[in-house]
Amino acid sequence: MPALVSHPDEVKVISRRFGMGAADIEKYIELDGYKAVQQAIANGPAWIIDTMKASGLRGRGGAGFPTGMKWSFVPKVSEKPKYVLVNGDESEPGTCKDHVIFLHDPHAVIEGTMIAGLAIGSKLGFIYLRGEYRYLLKIVEKAVADAYAKGFLGKNIFGTGVDFDIITQTGAGAYEVGEESALMESLEGKRGVPRIKPPFPAVVGLYGGPTVINNAETIANAPHILLMGGEAYAKLGTERNGGTRLFGISGHVERPGVYELPMGYSLRKAIYEVAGGIKDGKKLKAVVPGGASCPVLTADEIDVGLDFDQMGKAGTMLGSGGIVVLDETVSIVEFALRTIAFYQHESCGWCIPCREGTDWIKKTLTRVYNGGGSRKDVDNVQYLAENMMGRTFCPLGDAAAMPTLGFVKKFRKEFEEYIDGNRAGTPLITVEQLVGAGH
Amino acid sequence: MSTVANSIFSPELAARFDHLVTIYPLRRSALVPMLLYAQDELGYVSDAAVAEIAERIEILELDVRNVLSYYSMLRTKPAGKYNVQVCTNISCMLRGGYEILDHCKKTLGVGHKETAPDGVFSLEEVECIGACCWAPAMQINYDFHDDLTPEKVDVLFQMYRDGQGKDVK
Repeated sequence: MPALVSHPDEVKVISRRFGMGAADIEKYIELDGYKAVQQAIANGPAWIIDTMKASGLRGRGGAGFPTGMKWSFVPKVSEKPKYVLVNGDESEPGTCKDHVIFLHDPHAVIEGTMIAGLAIGSKLGFIYLRGEYRYLLKIVEKAVADAYAKGFLGKNIFGTGVDFDIITQTGAGAYEVGEESALMESLEGKRGVPRIKPPFPAVVGLYGGPTVINNAETIANAPHILLMGGEAYAKLGTERNGGTRLFGISGHVERPGVYELPMGYSLRKAIYEVAGGIKDGKKLKAVVPGGASCPVLTADEIDVGLDFDQMGKAGTMLGSGGIVVLDETVSIVEFALRTIAFYQHESCGWCIPCREGTDWIKKTLTRVYNGGGSRKDVDNVQYLAENMMGRTFCPLGDAAAMPTLGFVKKFRKEFEEYIDGNRAGTPLITVEQLVGAGH
Repeated sequence: MSTVANSIFSPELAARFDHLVTIYPLRRSALVPMLLYAQDELGYVSDAAVAEIAERIEILELDVRNVLSYYSMLRTKPAGKYNVQVCTNISCMLRGGYEILDHCKKTLGVGHKETAPDGVFSLEEVECIGACCWAPAMQINYDFHDDLTPEKVDVLFQMYRDGQGKDVK
């Protein structure tokens, strides 16, 4: 079981029940559970959406779209049923925050799903977990069953005349399914390939009905926001970036773990204070700040606040909040190769720029890594990545291209020196390991 | 009603499938979970399982296979009783994921997607399993094992060999 960590700078909103046994419904109720949804029923959809808008909550899956606005896009009247879909397909390398939410506070996800349903006028929600999270699916399934037994789900919930059902669903191994339209395909029993947009899910989503799809952390925030008030939540963060979020700090730090920090918190402090600094007293080389798809930051670029806008200005992204820390021993050539090997493996093949681009970047970087590269290979990699950007149905193509561009632009000298035979960093993998293995 | 005569699955799983196809707005939504649960029981998705699932969902076997081939956890050949899945993605790599994978290869005497002759263990190198902050990590069947060292892996393998490991269905 993953160890819980804490630090005095944490501001605990979504993690406030972690480690308190709140997977048990009685404990959850004791800790103010299922109060927010009853307020939501009493106050109605407009109040829910206004409160969510006031909170400044932005999507925690990575795109950072304002949640209240997303909910308001769903048409009030629809011939087809409307759905709420919770994305728990957490697969972005460096990201394990939803893991701890499902483990410690599954009822918050359920209550948040109900609140989203009430906001948009839906009677059915789905909670989709990646297939690898079977033990967490069992925790969520039990929580759902307990909520039904209490009359919190099903017909006439809380005796208010409102109906709401939740179905839990398992995936079976696919990064791509974390993309919203691919997730809908998967839930419809198909290969997880993306759909063209528009139409957006808010208009035509799951089973063709208007659908709100949110990341599990986004959804689990909703009950807390309704209880504390939108403005109070917004104040915890920075302008246009309300509240707090879970940051998973991993890699070469002394105290890796999932920490809840206010939006806008300093990346430098997150690494050096919250996570205890670089492991074994080594020096920092680089940071991948929001999951594998975010462009890398060098050691002198970390004086930046962790919110969507400041990270955007810094030329990278807040992404999924998965901060991966690289010390001075890491070879960027190797790290770039391992990153593209992942995206090449996960590309669903639907869009040619992504399928071919990831494959050729991997092949080229493998040659470089193997000692047979030329300086032109670095240009070729950059050219390939630049031509993937914005040319695919879903963001996987961009997710592969963006970190690649970051590596070759910011560490071009290291690539060239590597090609010239002067190799920085300590290799962790051999080419045989990479080529012969599961990629 | 969709109940299948002479189901190849256990009565419990067959009953579960009878129910599963009825809960969604579309029957086909049960497909991905059914494939995974069938694999949990049989060890892999056999031809007979494909045929029965197609019949239950009322789609072509071809449609079932089309979906089956997409998802990385689904397999059409048996694996070991305990399938060891070592993550080597970035966070695990930085903290020794490849060392763990190599140790598993040596200890078990098998490579990626291979099964030991006694059928107890099989090995697989996998992409990120969502345990980045507790790296390096692996799963044995569905159980997570975190903060691994080669010594810890040895202890775990011995526990599984001794029947003290969990066999999660």
